[in-house]
Amino acid sequence: MATHRFTPGSLERERRKQKLLRFSMYVFLILASLPIVVGYLWLFVGAFTGNLVYGFVPQELTVANWSFLWESPSPAWPNIWRTFANTFFLAAGVTVIMVVVSTSAAYVVSRMYFPGRSMILASTLILHAFPAITLLIALYYILRTLGLLDSLWGVILVRAGLMVPFGIWVMKGFFDDIPWDIEMSALIDGATRFQTFWKVMLPLVKPGIAAIAVFAFMAGWAEYIFLVTFVRDPNSWTLSSYINAIIGNYRFTNYGLLAAVSLFYMFPVLLFFLLTQKLLMKVTVGGIKGGR
Amino acid sequence: MASIRLERLTKKFGKVVAVNNLNLEVRDGEFIALLGPSGCGKTTTLLMIAGIYRPTEGNIYFDDVLVNDVAPKDRYVGLVFQSYALYPHMRVYDNIAFPLKLAKVPRKEIDRKVHEVAKLTKIEELLDRMPGQLSGGQQQRVALCRALVKEPEILLLDEPLSNLDARLRIETRAEIKRLQRELGITSILVTHDQVEALTMSERVAVMHQGVLQQYGPPDELYDRPRNLFVASFIGDPPMNLIPVEFKKTDGKPALVTDSFVLPLAEAWGEVLGQMDQGEFTLGIRPEDVRLSTEKEGNALLGEVFLTEPLGGGTLVHFRFGEISFRVLAPREIKVDVGDKLWIIPDQEKLHLFTKDGLSVREVGRQDAH
Ligand SMILES: Nc1ncnc2c1ncn2[C@@H]1O[C@H](COP(=O)(O)OP(=O)(O)O)[C@@H](O)[C@H]1O
Ligand SMILES: [Mg+2]
Repeated sequence: MATHRFTPGSLERERRKQKLLRFSMYVFLILASLPIVVGYLWLFVGAFTGNLVYGFVPQELTVANWSFLWESPSPAWPNIWRTFANTFFLAAGVTVIMVVVSTSAAYVVSRMYFPGRSMILASTLILHAFPAITLLIALYYILRTLGLLDSLWGVILVRAGLMVPFGIWVMKGFFDDIPWDIEMSALIDGATRFQTFWKVMLPLVKPGIAAIAVFAFMAGWAEYIFLVTFVRDPNSWTLSSYINAIIGNYRFTNYGLLAAVSLFYMFPVLLFFLLTQKLLMKVTVGGIKGGR
Repeated sequence: MASIRLERLTKKFGKVVAVNNLNLEVRDGEFIALLGPSGCGKTTTLLMIAGIYRPTEGNIYFDDVLVNDVAPKDRYVGLVFQSYALYPHMRVYDNIAFPLKLAKVPRKEIDRKVHEVAKLTKIEELLDRMPGQLSGGQQQRVALCRALVKEPEILLLDEPLSNLDARLRIETRAEIKRLQRELGITSILVTHDQVEALTMSERVAVMHQGVLQQYGPPDELYDRPRNLFVASFIGDPPMNLIPVEFKKTDGKPALVTDSFVLPLAEAWGEVLGQMDQGEFTLGIRPEDVRLSTEKEGNALLGEVFLTEPLGGGTLVHFRFGEISFRVLAPREIKVDVGDKLWIIPDQEKLHLFTKDGLSVREVGRQDAH
């Protein structure tokens, strides 16, 4: 007679084991994410209340912390909206350079063979692994020589330059996935090389462009270290310089203000994420094999 | 329309010689096939004709005009890729219209022409779909439309049927042949499938390892293969190839192996007369042999080793020592394993190849020149 491996009892035990496993997984994940959640919670509460007792217990609800939107908390600080515009300009600048340079360079590296090609590929990887902070002093001198200190352009160029190797790698993967036949087909159909790139190749790597654009925009929006090092002129401040000033200029940091400005800083990114979440999920590396 | 002439065409990729010293002429309006096993340089040849690859050496002429340095877009060539290479981000309509848009054809005319070719290949109802929503056969038609819509001088087809299932392949074969004839367009079909090449084209160029082996009408390739490669590549089931020794016994020519002696007809004595005795490869097509229970003329006695019913007939395997020998028997003949039968080759259809793999007939012809 055949013996049954699974008796009702063993199945029940198996199920209980699964449940326990899942429960402990949740507990672990909740504990692990607690610090982050508490951080954001503090930000929300802090932004809408007066001074917190012991730094934690909220007292009364207020919008007083948000007055920075219409009057500058310090005469030395620029108008917040101008700062906001600067932040956007910086992020957009990084994005445009990143997309244009990475995409065209990646196309060349993916499709053309020239002396030094593999060296360039290897060096882009090393460059990407390079800790940017070690370049701070060197970059300072370079920017001073070029007259780009105290200008957002300097920061845009530095940040974009540091991100481009990563962009090239991502985009190269996308170009590598496009069969040669498709490109040859376009040439035979009567396209010039440029038309082939513009009308056939580019549309096929759109998901990649979206991906690196999002990365570049985020990096530009969050830029901090190069800003506070290279840019002193308040007219060129961005929101991160602004927050830096709040923390640094007060002997006793105004935590309510800090929380409110931080929230103001985060808001566009959150909004952006909510709007593009679906699109971002679709960005899987190399999405167009075999014409499907 | 245009004629094509390839002159000493060679293409090297680093050390790999993909195409070696290829001379080929295609007449205006002719339909030829490039036939050969995978990797023999067929696609490379097509891409050189299309202008994608630049020949390492040699020249390409369209209508006696040297086109080596002409850009692909100025060659008026349509190419259907093996992978079809449809643009995945464009609707079928836009795929087909793409060459016309690039040529700045007025919109109304584009519309008219797209519908015209779509009708020709019966894909009108697919125009609004994306390539990813099509079956292999449909994609193949779209690719054909895209190649035809600009009314090219030359149509190049790279294994257009290899991704289709057997049934569709036969239909499409006829369809492409019909289209080619209707449009009268000079066409080169690339294929590794001899049936495709022999049924569709007027002349077949057999290639092997980058080298042209023979170029001629299907019958010629079948009846008079120039060398061993062509002999073994053309024909299904394949030709029997047996190493033999040529001897004269009692003044009569015969082919001798360890397992049998096959006397040769007088005519062969003349062909081989100039040759010394020597080693040859004997080629006999399975369909050029009769089976009989009684000895007739120059025959071999064999024992049936295996039978394969093919529907239309039976493929009967014999064995002589190490040598296996296939015969295509008509279905009326009942054959069982173990039967002893006389194998009577049609002496006029024997093929003999020298040690260099050249057909003896060919050698004779070359000597005569
Ligand atoms: N772009 C290329 N780079 C290097 N080698 C190639 C390239 N294209 C083809 N080859 C080589 O050339 C030979 C002929 O290839 P191909 O023309 O594609 O053969 P076929 O189409 O007859 O199967 C093969 O050995 C192949 O590996
Ligand atoms: Mg090929």
